[in-house]
Amino acid sequence: MTTLDRTAVPRRGNADRVKKGLVSGKFTALLILLPPALILFSLFVILPLADAVYYSGFSWNGYGAPSDFVGTQNYQRLLDHSVFHTALWNTAKLILVSLLIQMPLALGLALLVYRKTPTNTLFRLVFFLPYILAEVAAGLIWSFVFDGDYGITSSLLHAMGQESVYVLADHQWAFPAIMTVIVWKYFGFHMMIYIAALQSVPKDLVEAAKLEGAKPRQVALFVQIPLIKHALVVSGFFAIIGSLQIFDIIIPMTNGGPSNSTHTIVTYLYSFGLSRLNIGFGSATAVVLFVLAIGIAFFYQRTTGKGSKA
Amino acid sequence: MKNITTRNTLRVIVLIVVASIVIGPLLAAFFGGFKGNSELRTNPLWLPDSWDAGNYIGILLDGNFWRYLGNSFFISLMTVFLTLVVGAAAAYVFSQIHFFGAKMILSYLLLGLMFPFAAAILPLFIKVRDLGLLDTYWAVILPQTAFGLSLAILLFKAFFDQLPKELFEAAYVDGCSYLRFFWSFTLPLSTPILATVGVFVFVQSWNNFLLPLVVLNDRSIYTWPLGMMQFQGEYLTQWNMILAFVTLTIIPAVIFFLAAQKYIVAGLTGGSVKG
Repeated sequence: MTTLDRTAVPRRGNADRVKKGLVSGKFTALLILLPPALILFSLFVILPLADAVYYSGFSWNGYGAPSDFVGTQNYQRLLDHSVFHTALWNTAKLILVSLLIQMPLALGLALLVYRKTPTNTLFRLVFFLPYILAEVAAGLIWSFVFDGDYGITSSLLHAMGQESVYVLADHQWAFPAIMTVIVWKYFGFHMMIYIAALQSVPKDLVEAAKLEGAKPRQVALFVQIPLIKHALVVSGFFAIIGSLQIFDIIIPMTNGGPSNSTHTIVTYLYSFGLSRLNIGFGSATAVVLFVLAIGIAFFYQRTTGKGSKA
Repeated sequence: MKNITTRNTLRVIVLIVVASIVIGPLLAAFFGGFKGNSELRTNPLWLPDSWDAGNYIGILLDGNFWRYLGNSFFISLMTVFLTLVVGAAAAYVFSQIHFFGAKMILSYLLLGLMFPFAAAILPLFIKVRDLGLLDTYWAVILPQTAFGLSLAILLFKAFFDQLPKELFEAAYVDGCSYLRFFWSFTLPLSTPILATVGVFVFVQSWNNFLLPLVVLNDRSIYTWPLGMMQFQGEYLTQWNMILAFVTLTIIPAVIFFLAAQKYIVAGLTGGSVKG
């Protein structure tokens, strides 16, 4: 019997066994490998977002079950709150500074140091250094820099014979100071993305343009930058989504002050929703943030997608 | 020729100016840690009069400093471990096993790429509390892992898809199961991408502030960013102490970066190509 099997249809028997093994192995593999990711992701990412939508309809302090249904009142309150307007406007400013100052700065520096030489490597490391620091550490160091009694800005002002300014306690200067720190912290990240892209631009193209008599500025403008457009689009996306989420730097620097003038959406959500346990109200803020993020992502994809086709 | 030299000089000057602005505050913090508070007031930027390491030594002898670092280290390592194992397992399924609904489930898991973490922080706090996890390491580890999964799965799947198909077919003919194959072939062949994702997850976890701030109240399990804020609160205007503390937490980050540089750059390059 066994000999017959082996000699008569060895190939088929083998194939059957393989196929059967695959099907049953497939099922076990699915059952073991997939659920951990699905459970973790659903429990800690999807469910909380659904919860935020649900909670935002209640006036709720987070204890017991939410019962005081208030409809859209939380959203109404949010839209009427002047501090929320400040937070939105500050967030918009962060986006603008990231796109109009940080990205060009990063691009300019990338063009200066993208070639692989030892000095360039050193400069790249220095420029990337702030990115690896924790936001809290960066925030504290700059709080010192801007401190009116001890700080570097005030000693510079003294040297010039001026009165010291308590930058972070000043309505006019606190937010520009925060924006400076954010550019300082993140431009290196964008620079690295551009350097990677610039290094993948074919050398022949750059050489050819130079032989034709193009100046370095023209090479950058007409050859290199168009060829790294994709990297610019990606970094622009990171810049916008990152700006929407700025929190860590502001807490150590100003904690939203003076008189709530430096809040962003997330510090607002934290101070007015979580710290005071207005879970319903905070959830409404979260939903607005979420809708903004998704909306911007779609809009951005559309416009940049069209741009690259044209 | 002359033109090129002037241009190069100009380039170096620009680079040096930017580099000093970047590094100035960091050096000031490092020097500040060696100064007395009164010296700091008169001389915030330049070298200290005498290199007195008292502030640094005081912090290093304080058990809290080490406890905060230890907590952060444990939480970050566990987050990396879980993200790599759970993420790679799921990515392997989508890369090698064809089954009904795979595409839909994958899109679901990638939804996380669009969700701002901060938007979930309030209900996350409630969820963690209802699960009885407040003031435990898991309150930080599990949400961090969950939020890191989307990117990890995306990167892992792209990498697994490029592994040679012949290897896979040969292994099956030899009777190797999917699980065996994952463990003995896919994972060992994927060390570069595991390292890149691991480094990024580690750094993110190490620096995370919002989540620990919300779910940890007990000082004994504070991570170091929380410990630093706590320390700042205690020493309010003793900037020399605060600067010494901050500098001490920057040093491991810089060492880690120098060691892991290769993978960080690889990650950034990969990210810019993939979008």
